[in-house]
Amino acid sequence: MRVNTKAYGPLEVDERQKIYFPFGILGFENLKYYVLLDAKQQPFYWLQSMDVVEIAFVLIDPAVFRPDYTLGISKEELEEIGIKSKDEILCFAIVTIPDNLSSMTANLQGPIIINRTTRVGRQSINTDSRWKVRHAIMEELAALRQETC
Amino acid sequence: MLVLARKVDESIMIGDQIEVSIVDIKGDQVKIGIAAPKNVKVYRKEVYLAIQKENIEAVKAKPDIIPAISTLFKESAKKADDNKD
Repeated sequence: MRVNTKAYGPLEVDERQKIYFPFGILGFENLKYYVLLDAKQQPFYWLQSMDVVEIAFVLIDPAVFRPDYTLGISKEELEEIGIKSKDEILCFAIVTIPDNLSSMTANLQGPIIINRTTRVGRQSINTDSRWKVRHAIMEELAALRQETC
Repeated sequence: MLVLARKVDESIMIGDQIEVSIVDIKGDQVKIGIAAPKNVKVYRKEVYLAIQKENIEAVKAKPDIIPAISTLFKESAKKADDNKD
């Protein structure tokens, strides 16, 4: 399957990388199909719209800088994308990157949740008030390292 | 928009499963109670708007940005490891 990507131009993508977002992503509700691209540069990924090449989000696994991250999301909401057990959850945070790269932030209040079996996803709203829209990744990573030293 | 006047302890029904009641009024703040089925998601509107705004900001990421932020991330992780020694 060939997909036009913002980062790499036209790209051959495996069918299994295709993720269906029945509700879209907040602000982009009309776009339902994305591909999850391994950026080869861990810990980041691209979530690329299949319909609009300019629409692509940088994702990060929140656990790499916030191992204490928890998903305050109801069972019902997870069931809406067919998730019945925790093992089925793939969770990412969308990264916002300003001109000063080291101030990049991750959105832990609106995580991207994907059912890894059916590859259906959604953006949820985390009801745990500890998690905000802008978490400074580099700062929190540094704080985490200090703790473990 | 339908506008209804309500007093404390009065409520309105939205359909036959959602009840919105006025719990308390103090100055310019109203406490609202919402009883709804579990599959109905209830959020403060500003949370929705904040996430929407952040998504629109995030989508501006430059196409070649990942190698740069990845290097940054790894250097920071490595520095912390060096400090351990």
